[in-house]
This record gives sequence, C-alpha cells and structure tokens, in this order.
Amino acid sequence: MSSFSLFSPRRLKALVVKESLQISRDPSSILIAFILPLVLLFIFGYGISLDSDRLPVGLVQQSNSAEAHDLAASLRGSTYMEVTTAKDIRELKPLLTGGILRGIVVIPSDFQQKLLHPDDRTEAVQIITDGSEPQLATFVETYVNGSFRIWLESAYQQEIAAAPVVTVEPRFRYNVAVRSRNFLVPGSLAVIMTVVGALLTALVVAREWERGTMEALLASPVSRIELILGKIIPYFILGMVSFLFCSLVAVLVYQVPLRGSIFALILSGSLFLLTALGMGLSISAAARDQFVAAQIALNAAFLPALILSGFIFEIKSMPLWIQGLTYIIPARYFVTCLQTIFQAGDIWPLLLPNLALLTLMAAIFLGLTALKMVRRLDA
Amino acid sequence: MILFRLKALIIKEILTLVRDPRNRIVLIVPPLAQLLVFSFASTLEVKNNSLAIWNQDNGAHAAELIQRFQQMGAFAEVQFVHDRKAFDQSIDRQHALVAVRIPSDFSAQLRRNDSPAIQVIGDGRRSNSGQIALAYLNEVVRDFNATLNPERPLPGTVTRHWFNPNLHYMWFIVPSLVAILTTVMAMVITALSVARERELGTFDQLMVSPLTPAYILAGKAIPAFLITMLEASAIIAIGVFLIGVPFTGSITLLYLTMAAYILALVGVGLFISSLCATQQQAILGVFGFVLPAVLLSGYASPVDNMPAWLATTTEINPLRHFLVIAKGLFLKDMTPAMVWSHTWPLLLIAFSTLSAANWIFRRKFG
Repeated sequence: MSSFSLFSPRRLKALVVKESLQISRDPSSILIAFILPLVLLFIFGYGISLDSDRLPVGLVQQSNSAEAHDLAASLRGSTYMEVTTAKDIRELKPLLTGGILRGIVVIPSDFQQKLLHPDDRTEAVQIITDGSEPQLATFVETYVNGSFRIWLESAYQQEIAAAPVVTVEPRFRYNVAVRSRNFLVPGSLAVIMTVVGALLTALVVAREWERGTMEALLASPVSRIELILGKIIPYFILGMVSFLFCSLVAVLVYQVPLRGSIFALILSGSLFLLTALGMGLSISAAARDQFVAAQIALNAAFLPALILSGFIFEIKSMPLWIQGLTYIIPARYFVTCLQTIFQAGDIWPLLLPNLALLTLMAAIFLGLTALKMVRRLDA
Repeated sequence: MILFRLKALIIKEILTLVRDPRNRIVLIVPPLAQLLVFSFASTLEVKNNSLAIWNQDNGAHAAELIQRFQQMGAFAEVQFVHDRKAFDQSIDRQHALVAVRIPSDFSAQLRRNDSPAIQVIGDGRRSNSGQIALAYLNEVVRDFNATLNPERPLPGTVTRHWFNPNLHYMWFIVPSLVAILTTVMAMVITALSVARERELGTFDQLMVSPLTPAYILAGKAIPAFLITMLEASAIIAIGVFLIGVPFTGSITLLYLTMAAYILALVGVGLFISSLCATQQQAILGVFGFVLPAVLLSGYASPVDNMPAWLATTTEINPLRHFLVIAKGLFLKDMTPAMVWSHTWPLLLIAFSTLSAANWIFRRKFG
C-alpha cells in the first residue's frame, strides 16, 4: 500500500524532475531569474537616485549693487545648481511651467536697502520653486538657502562673529558618504526578489489547470504535500541562485559594502524567498486562470513592494491605517534585514523580530497554498 | 462587411474581458484600491518618527533647545538616553531615526558668548529620511539662534512654492498614479490577450476566419483602448473629486493626450503579444516593460537626478512623457505647445509599435 501513502520520496523526485524539465525547456524562467534581476539592478543602481546635484535654477538679478553681483556669482559657483540668468522673471516663468527649471531665485531691486535695515531683512532674497515636484522644490529651497548663508558668512564676518550661535555637526552612522545607492541597491534586492518569486510561480499552478494537465496529476496518487513541495523545491533553488547572484553584483559592480555575514544574508534570503514563492503559488492555486493570476501577481508584487516596504517612502510617515497595511507586505521585513546586513552588520536584536515575522508570513502563504490546492476538479 | 466583422470581434473581445466575474474584479478593484492606498502612502515628509537625545548638559539653554526639539512635528516620540552605548544602540536598532548629543559645556559656552556645537547622528541605512530630518533640526536650531540675538536678525530668504503652495506630496502622486495604473492595466489586457488565445488554441480559429491579421489586431486594440480609457477616467474622477487634487489645465487636452498615450501602450502590449507563444512569456514581457517604465519615469526619483546618458534614453519611455503631461495639466495649466512637445513622441511610439506588431503578425500568420 506504499503507493497510497501521503509522502513518497520517489514521487516527489519525479515531480521535481518534471518541474525542472519544464523550467529548463522554457527560456523565460532563466530570463526571469537572471536577466530581469540584472536589468532591474542596473536601473536601481543608475536610474534611481535621491541625490540631486545638478538642479536647473533660474536667477533674476534686479539689483545692480555690488552685494547683488557678489551673491549672484556665489550662486553660480554652487556645485549643486545649474544657474540660468535672465533680466525679467517673465522670461523664466514658462521654463518653470515646462519643467525645464526647478526654481527661480530673485534678488530684488531693493536688495541693498533690505540688507541695511534689520526689520526687512527676512525677505532679502525670494525663492520660487516648482511645487509640482515637491522633493526637488525642497532641495531648491535648501540649496539656495545654503548658498545664501555661505555668502552671508563671508560678507558679514564681523557681525556674525560677535554673536553666539549653536552649530550642528551632522554625521551619518554606516553610510558616511551619504550615497543613496548604498541603501537603494540592498533595498531594491527585496523588490527584485518579490518580482522574481511572483513571476516564477504565479502561473505554474494556473497553467496546469488551464491546460488540463492538473487533471492528469490529480488522477495519480500524488498527495497535496508532494504537489506543493514539487513546485517549491525547483523554484526555491533557482530563486536562491538568483538572489546570491544579485548580491554578488551589488557588492562587486555597485560597490555596496557587505558588513554582515553571509549566513545572515542566506538566512533572510531563503526565508523571504519562501514567502515570495508561497505568495505566487497561492495566487496561482486560487486563480486557476493565467489571466487572473497574472493580473493579481502584477498588482500584488511590484508596486506594493516598491511603495509600502519602506524602501523609498518612510513607513512611520504614513497614515496609521496604511502603516497597519505594511505589516502584511513581506518585502517590508526583507528591506530592513537587507539594509542592515549590507550596511551595518549582523545586528541580531533588529534582525530577529523581522526574520520571525518573515517565517510567519512564509507559513501563512504556504498554508494558504495547501488550502487552495484542492484535489478536486469542481472546487 | 469587414466593419461588421470587426464589430463582432470587438464585442467578443469585450465579453471575454468582462463576462467572468473574477476577470471583472481584477480589472476594476486593484487600480482603484491602489490609487487610494498609494496616494496616502507616498510621502517624503518625515513625521511621527523618533528622536533620541543624550543631554550631557544641565543648563537652561540645553533645556530650552530640547523643548524646541520636542515640539517638532517630525518626531512624535523623544527618547532620552544617558550613555554612549544606549546612544549608539538607538540608531543601530532603529529605535530612532536621528540621535542628538548636547555636550556638557553647552550652556556654559553660550553664557561665555562662545558658539557650541551639538552632534547629530543619522541612520545611514535610511539616509534619505535622515537628511530630511536633519534639515528640520537645522531649522529649529536656526530659530533658536535667532532668539539668542534678537536685536540683530541676519538677512534671510522667503520661499514660494508655485503650483503646489504647501508642497502636498499627494498632488504630485495622484497625477503620477493616473499614468502608472493606466499603464499596468493596458499592458495586461493587451499583452496577454493574444498569448491566451494561442495557448488555448482559439487563435487558429480566428486565423481561418475571413479577417486579415490587421483586423484581428484592431479587434484586440480597440476594446483594450476603450476599457483603459474608461478606467483612467474613473481614476481621474476619484483623484479630483474624492482626494481633492486640483485640476487646473484643459480637460480636452488631457483626453487627447491620454488617447495618444493609451494608443502607445496598446501598441507596446500587442508588440509583446506578437512575440510570445505562452502567457508565461507574455507576463514576463509585461514586467520587462512596466518595471523599467515606472522606475525610469520620474516617479520613483526625478529624471533630473539621472546621469545624462540615461536621462536621454528615457525619451523612448512613453510613461515619462505622459507623466510630464499629467502633472502639467493637473497642477500647472500647461500650454498646448508644451503639451505637444511631449505628445508627438507618444504618437511616434504608438505608430512604430503598432506597425511592428502588424508586421510580425503578417509574417507569422498571414
């Protein structure tokens, strides 16, 4: 009666071989596991940058005083801005609307008088920004203010020296050079692995239903657990190879430091991969239709991992109900783990709770798959 | 006669998409739900975060400065630590985004008319939020400094943010999401439509019908176009009426350019479809287009920040152009001339992808 037992290594092996053959015969799996991650890493490494250092800014100098010329020269000397000069603000307004300039600085005609009268001083220089790009608008404001203050310090040395001021000594722990690539690339691995995991598995069960091969499987003595393991094992191996390959590219090509241990990297990677594969499989098992499965996978994988994982947008700044929602996004835990392992090291008090939650999510998704993988045709 | 056949094909195509209740749900619910969730989730402001303070000074000036830090909206919680180890750990374990150390002679230095320094440590793993929080802290210190020297204020600047006076991040996100969610939808409908028929074998039946490949393509393109236009309208309506993002430009212009954009998407989708034999390959094609298109559109990070060669390459990304138009028409009342400068690339993309799809179809099946 051994052929009717719940688990037989021989049957599992046969399923794994069958799935692996299917993987190796369809070039798209290799594309998903290796080429797509490379392209995405390239985009995250070069295309996504939160460091603005060539902001196009317009300058209108209405005052002819020596101070105004001096300040204008100082603004043009800034390495963070590319300054376009104009006589009249009306020349620059269309450029701001067209998105060619991100801000306009106005040195008013009464600039000198304003400098001399302390009461008016607060509005010595006007800054206009393109608010339709809030992030760049903030940068324009910060950079112009910074340049203005540097100019003031040289022009008003004596006055400033007389008054006590508190200065701020900023320093970043771990990412000392404040290179956005150092936290974007590790974080992007979480987005990439979410997409890879979902793409690899989202269609594999639905495909069998749609093509009718599921009926053949159901007629065999294969048990539910064997069916799920037979799907997971080959894709898990493929996914892990893909993950380690990406990590290698991150370290070697993008020069992101890896301060934590390989063990922590593999542990968090495999827990996350189980979650991602479980998510794909449960979508696939529930949908039984490749079109529906593809739609759900596309919507559930990429954008939530990009927006709700804390990778680009800070979770604590979100409204409470959305913060609650981020707890069910597995990428959230993986982003924290990866950023810490790559940049800070094995800080277990921070990693452990995240790994525990990943384990829980993997169990939920795989359990859901088992539940949905009903061995009946009419379910 | 041929138009009559085309009409039949279009009706059949729309029915396949909307008749199955699960199909209907995955077409309608995710874009609208994502619009609501993502427009509230995407913010680069820092608020409700935690600040750690290690105050080594007992003077009045330090107490005054700390009180100002505690009133900042960026930090809902201020943790006090009392030694180096706890100070470092607050950052290591991400209990705090930023940690401030006030040295023991802080107040004494100020009393002597000296200029003391406070140390501010940010979390390099979250250096973007850290830098934003740092800018807020600098502002608080500047205000504090102004109270130290009330009779001689230093000259300052005044800023006005055009198009979005309070820099609501949502005003930037909603027009962007109109473009992004439309993209996802149009791609799934078109790219999978042919692959599905090929996999199920019904495509052969279409091929033996009197319709030429060009008409079959049109039969796929028109329903996708109509459904996506409808869905985009719903997203725009929710954005304007429910979320309250202003619409300052011309609605006619928006619809004309949106038509050009969706035509470009349908072209890309059918081009992918013409290359793929299975739905697995088609969905890979969809991801292969949607991910780079979204990431390199100026949504996740500004195009201005990219290296020049990459910024130039993004000219072939239709989403990038439509994003400029959508934001321009929502917030900036962009002129027709400016809109046109981003519309003709869309028409060019639509024309070339549709011709390419038609050519491949004719070669494969004609």
